[in-house]
Amino acid sequence: MKIPCPLCGARDRREFYYMGTDDYLLRPSDNATEAELDNHLFLRDNPAGKTQDLWYHETGCGSWMVVSRNTITHEVYGAELVMERKKEAR
Amino acid sequence: MPEYIAKTALEGRAPLDVAGTVLMEVDHGRIASIQPFPAQEKAVAKVLKPLGFGFPAVGKFAVKDGALIAWSGREQAFLIGVDCPDFGKAAAVTDQSGAWVSLDLNGPLAVQALARYVPMDLRLSAFGVGSAARTPLYHMSAVILRLGEDQFRIMVFRSMARTAWHEMEVALKTLAARAA
Repeated sequence: MKIPCPLCGARDRREFYYMGTDDYLLRPSDNATEAELDNHLFLRDNPAGKTQDLWYHETGCGSWMVVSRNTITHEVYGAELVMERKKEAR
Repeated sequence: MPEYIAKTALEGRAPLDVAGTVLMEVDHGRIASIQPFPAQEKAVAKVLKPLGFGFPAVGKFAVKDGALIAWSGREQAFLIGVDCPDFGKAAAVTDQSGAWVSLDLNGPLAVQALARYVPMDLRLSAFGVGSAARTPLYHMSAVILRLGEDQFRIMVFRSMARTAWHEMEVALKTLAARAA
C-alpha cells in the first residue's frame, strides 16, 4: 500500500503512523454536552467503501494528512495536508 | 556557539571500498535546523541570501562554496557546513552539529545497496540528482541527498552511526559477493 504524501510523493505505508478517522479534527467546543464528547471520542462509523483517515508521515516529512481510501477495493484516492485544511478554515 | 563534541561519530574509521563502491564518513561541520515561523518565509530568505541560498523547496537541496542547505521535513531545512546567520524572530533555529552522522556512498552499487533498506523509489525519475528526502534507512530516521547519479549523502542520528555503517557494509558485501 502506498500513500501519496502531498510533500514527499507516493511512499510506502511503513513510513506512516495511523491515527484513525478524520472526525478527530472536528473537536467539540468547550461547551459541548457529554453526549457530543462521547460521540467525538468513542462513537466511530465503520464504513464499507470510502473512508477518510488521519495519517502521520512519521519517518518522512512529519506531516499530518487526511487520506481518502476505499475499504472495499483498497484503492487510495489521495491525501490532503491537515495544515492546508486548517489554513482554509482560518 | 562553540562545538563541544569535537569528534565526528565515526572518527578515525577508514573508508570502506567494496568492488569500487565507497562508503565513508564525512565531517559535515556545523548543522543548524531552520524552521520559519508562520508568514516569515520572506524574512528567512533574506537572511539566507548573502550565503547564496534561498529556503529550499520541498525535497530539494543546494550546494554553494562548501556549504549546503537541504530540505529536511515539513517547513524545515538543515543549513550545513557554515556558521548559521542570525534569523532573529523569523525562524526557530537549533544547533544539530553533534546530533548527526554523515556518510557518503559513491559507486555503482550505491543504488542497489540503499534500495535494500530504503522503502522509497530511488529511480532517477522519482529521486533525481539534487533531491533530498526524509525516509527510514532500515528503521533509522534518515535524511538522504542525491549528490550524483551514483552518489548519495546519508544522514542518520549520531547514536545510530555504527548501526548504519554496519548495515550498509553488509548490503555492499552481499551485493558484491552475489556478483562475483
